[in-house]
Amino acid sequence: MEAAWGRLMRQRMNACALGFLVVLVILCCIGPLLSPYDQSQQDLELKATNPSPAHWLGTDPLGRDMLTRILHGGRVSLEVGLLATAVAVIIGVLYGMISGLAGGRTDAAMMRIVDILYAFPFVNFVILLMAIRGREFWLIFVAIGAVEWLTMARVVRGQVLALKNLEFVIAARACGAGFWHIVWRHLLPNVTGPVIIYASLTVPGVMLLEAALSFLGLGIQPPDASWGVLIQDGAHAMESYPWLLIYPGLFFSATLLALNLLGDGLRDAFDPKSMSQQ
Amino acid sequence: MIRFIVSRFVQGIIVIFAVITITFALSKMVPGGSVKNERFISKEAQKAQDEYYGRDKPWIVQLGLQFKHYATLNLPESEHYKGRGVDEIIASGFPVSATVGGAALLIALTIGVPLGAYAALRPNTLEDRASTLAAILGVCAPSMVLGPLIALLFGLKLRWFNASGWFDSWDWVLPAFTLGIIYSGYIARLTRGSLRETLAQEFIRTARAKGAGEASVVFLHALKLASLPVLNFLGPAAAGMLTGSFIVETVFQLPGLGQFFVSAAVNKDIPLAIGLSTFFAALIVSFNLVVDILQSVLNPRIRLHS
Repeated sequence: MEAAWGRLMRQRMNACALGFLVVLVILCCIGPLLSPYDQSQQDLELKATNPSPAHWLGTDPLGRDMLTRILHGGRVSLEVGLLATAVAVIIGVLYGMISGLAGGRTDAAMMRIVDILYAFPFVNFVILLMAIRGREFWLIFVAIGAVEWLTMARVVRGQVLALKNLEFVIAARACGAGFWHIVWRHLLPNVTGPVIIYASLTVPGVMLLEAALSFLGLGIQPPDASWGVLIQDGAHAMESYPWLLIYPGLFFSATLLALNLLGDGLRDAFDPKSMSQQ
Repeated sequence: MIRFIVSRFVQGIIVIFAVITITFALSKMVPGGSVKNERFISKEAQKAQDEYYGRDKPWIVQLGLQFKHYATLNLPESEHYKGRGVDEIIASGFPVSATVGGAALLIALTIGVPLGAYAALRPNTLEDRASTLAAILGVCAPSMVLGPLIALLFGLKLRWFNASGWFDSWDWVLPAFTLGIIYSGYIARLTRGSLRETLAQEFIRTARAKGAGEASVVFLHALKLASLPVLNFLGPAAAGMLTGSFIVETVFQLPGLGQFFVSAAVNKDIPLAIGLSTFFAALIVSFNLVVDILQSVLNPRIRLHS
């Protein structure tokens, strides 16, 4: 674990990505509290203005402070990203564990179901669900999480299949360890690495899906804001006020970039095979 | 091979009927009962409509009715677009989505494969880093940011193309580039990784030992095997193009399948929503089948089992 951490930090790019994300999370959490403005507070006389000392990133057509809105929207986007990933991890780990442990026909059938599910137009389902039962915040991450667990299940199942016949598990079983003891003490700790790596690669995908839903008007509902909502507002106003699109877009792209770099870095640090290609 | 295709075909039909069932079930998840018609129409007209869509019957009969529509390929009318059959709407939207998606796929391959191969042949140089970074940037530019920016720059400012709509024979260019640039990033990364892995293998050393030139080693021997992961990605990529079509068709106001689906969902036009989900599933299934067959042709070590 420590060696992997060292390998991760040796690449300057990974350290930068991690630093950026930490700073971003802190800013998104405390920024809106420190700001003299509320994210939904309108100032109709002000309308859209360029960046100024009073409003560092300017204001939108309703006179709302952009920096406050971007930081608040960032918190919502990151929240949805993490919660939906958590849902995907829980479903994927459970499914993969059961499939790998069961083995034989059950395993074959369960993996066949996963193969078939890959051909489902899940985004259509999510769009329809959000259109029919929109305005329910918890539905967003449950719906997104229910879509993104397939690859996680495959990763965990492969790991469990490889682990369960290794000597230390057989030895534990020979010593009389129960089923749950083996799962809890021997299998789970050993699938944690791959699960963390894959989860970190899932977060940007989940955030993209949330932004897409909000962009279509089916995700987070105004006056609340997420980056998807801000980008949609910006796209409507871009002809006159292009920065309303560019600022939230930059924050979103930079976050996706950092998450992707970190995910790749984690994979390289934990997996010696992909290291050898470096 | 024949057995493989038949078994995948049967599997595809199962997928399609499962998709019909799920979409139908989702449409019944309205809080507080069935879909309420929000338009102001007379009771008689409402009743006639309910009868036409079979909404006066129990759910299980309604689902059976849906199955019958798709098994006999006799699709109902859309609820929102009065007088237009679901199949008519699909037939009008598909050419738009297919033009944009197909062009985007070609653009992604033309940019992505050379960029990735170039990086793989010069490992750990500045060029490698630069092209890898360019590839990652492509991955991180979401279509809802890139699309409006491209529309703003090339449509509204430079006026080279229409910023939105589907009138002109060049209207596919901007949306196709938006999607293509994003996917070229994925393809470049895949190409770089798999080409480097392939170049380290024994048969490449053998080819070099035989005296084959560098160009022949790379293009004849390595790229053929290295293209397998890229080919494998084309299945998900095609599905992604469909997903991307929701955003891109909204940004550029194209009358394609994605736009029709979003409007069907928002207007609770359930017959159209079921038809489009089913069509998307059929497209994904057939694309995956084509990819699998191409793969076995390119790599004789891959046998197709049913």
